[in-house]
Amino acid sequence: MDANGFFGSWGGAYIPEVLYQTFQDLKLEYARCRKDPAFWEEYIHLMSTYSCRPTPLTHAENLSNHFGGAQIYIKREDLNHTGAHKANNVMGQGLLVKRMGKKRVIAETGAGQHGMATATMAAKFGLDCTIYMGEEDVLRQRPNVFWMEKMGATVIPVKDGSRTLKDAINQAFRDWVTNVDDTHYVFGTACGPAPFPEMVSWFQSIIGIEAVDQIIQAHGKMPKKIYACVGGGSNAMGIFKRFLEEDVELVGVEAGGHGANSGAHAIRLASSDATPGVAQGYKTMFLQDEDGQMKHTHSVAAGLDYVGVSPILTDLWEKKLVRFESATDEEVMQALDLTMKKEGIIPALESAHAFAGAFREVGKLSVDDAIIINQSGRGDKDIFTIAHAFEDPSWEKFIIDRGKEYSKKHSG
Amino acid sequence: MEKQLRKKLENKEILLMTHIVLGYPSLDVNREVIEQMVSNGVDCIEMQIPFSEPMADGPVILKANQEALAGGTKVDDCFTFAAEIIQQHDIPFLFMTYYNIIFKYGEEAFFKRAADIGMKGFIIPDLPPEMGESFLALADKYKIAPVLIFTPTSTDTRMEELASHGRGFIYCAARRGVTGSKSEFGDDFKEYLGRCRAATNLPLAVGFGIRSKEDIDVLKGKADMAVIGSRTIQLVESEGAEAVGPFIARLR
Repeated sequence: MDANGFFGSWGGAYIPEVLYQTFQDLKLEYARCRKDPAFWEEYIHLMSTYSCRPTPLTHAENLSNHFGGAQIYIKREDLNHTGAHKANNVMGQGLLVKRMGKKRVIAETGAGQHGMATATMAAKFGLDCTIYMGEEDVLRQRPNVFWMEKMGATVIPVKDGSRTLKDAINQAFRDWVTNVDDTHYVFGTACGPAPFPEMVSWFQSIIGIEAVDQIIQAHGKMPKKIYACVGGGSNAMGIFKRFLEEDVELVGVEAGGHGANSGAHAIRLASSDATPGVAQGYKTMFLQDEDGQMKHTHSVAAGLDYVGVSPILTDLWEKKLVRFESATDEEVMQALDLTMKKEGIIPALESAHAFAGAFREVGKLSVDDAIIINQSGRGDKDIFTIAHAFEDPSWEKFIIDRGKEYSKKHSG
Repeated sequence: MEKQLRKKLENKEILLMTHIVLGYPSLDVNREVIEQMVSNGVDCIEMQIPFSEPMADGPVILKANQEALAGGTKVDDCFTFAAEIIQQHDIPFLFMTYYNIIFKYGEEAFFKRAADIGMKGFIIPDLPPEMGESFLALADKYKIAPVLIFTPTSTDTRMEELASHGRGFIYCAARRGVTGSKSEFGDDFKEYLGRCRAATNLPLAVGFGIRSKEDIDVLKGKADMAVIGSRTIQLVESEGAEAVGPFIARLR
């Protein structure tokens, strides 16, 4: 990152003036934390006692045999507390908030995982917490809303624009510019104005730091390829960062939605639909029209359904250090089904994109090679969405019966 | 633009700037509202080119942006409309928008076209000077005033830095937050305006939550221009364009 927050020509800090001083303070505190080994030690201690770090690297033998190619290893971020890699970033920022002495945190959330993690952190550290969530995502991810509220957070459905992640981000910024003195915005992914892209990637880099030792121990050498799904890009940056120093191919898998030519997808880098733009505080490749108005995106996975992408990943894409692919909703459901049947593991719909991308290519590699798939989160929290997508008859019957029970209770 | 404003200040205690969102509720209504504003003595008008992600705007202007876009307003329409309006009315006009609109159009092409139609200034709330090196150079080249923003969180040093890049006038946000909701004009506000005045010789415009004659009276003698934004948009929504003229006439 250069002095103005750019990675190559991407990133920066396009912020309203009212936030200038807060960003100066944040950059200063972040720089202090990076220089202070005690901070990282405190972070590791917290993550190994409050969450389940190091998370395991699982050898997926059945899937490996099924494809007959490279050995498939799965980095199990689903086993983090709250069920996703999101906790890595949130707990790190929580420690930063404690240092800065702020009393309130706000966050945006798409799938609800980042909101969940933030609500958890706020409960643990005794902070007030408000979560902004697009109305459409509130409907898709009701169980997460339930838990956030139970942990004491206020969840505000955002009814503007496309009522998804980008609109929740805008609304969180509006809160921040109003309550800037006592509030920290826990940005959830490696996007937004500097220093967020780098700071979030730093906290997430714990994934790759663990994985490099784990793969050497399990496989004796570096993997050939690493796959991660890419929404904003924080889990991908987390596992890629350490491996950028090694001779390993890094593959980001974006949300193909109904297909690259359908107009209903969130493919920013693996298609030619996105163009350079500046929004939500940073410069990157956005899915926008010729006037610069952001387009509607679609993915079965709420966490990947986003118009922009990490400026660090855009820089790595431009420099050809990371390859980008996409997987459609349909391919993702197939990959999810296969992973559950073969390994007894339930990836989140977001993570299942990385599996789908890997499954396409793994058969072409030698059995002596290895790949790592970053399982960014667990899928059981998506039960409503997954059961709906599978059109599971027994689940539908259960919902109908439960609905009847509740209607009876409320009418009687 | 600074000279134009100074000249107007010779005869008036305080100037008035108003805000419209282009295409909301329609360009035809915009035309009528502007006519009412100018004939009732408004000194300067900022015309917002709608953007899908208006991060610094509150609910009223946010909704106006969304409706304008839903109604099919294009950047090209905004230029055509602005050219017509500038021909008709002899007051300074500014474009207010977010940086992506300019970036996507092509910075230089945008400046050139704005200069050709006689646009006097730009207000871009998500472009701090650190991010606007080429923008500021083009503003200088095409003689379009880049209006920068002071806020209550700006330190004295920051205000001086901003003032060194700003032209035309300085837009002082009356409080933290987004456009629309009410501002309080207590002692903290007076101290803040004093700091603004000390940091620059440019005229000071005060905006965010200014809605009435009482608000404007407070600003007389302390600021050079009052900015009415969300209030007139609400007025058009509730009482129609014809209510704007009488409202403006009662403000001073």
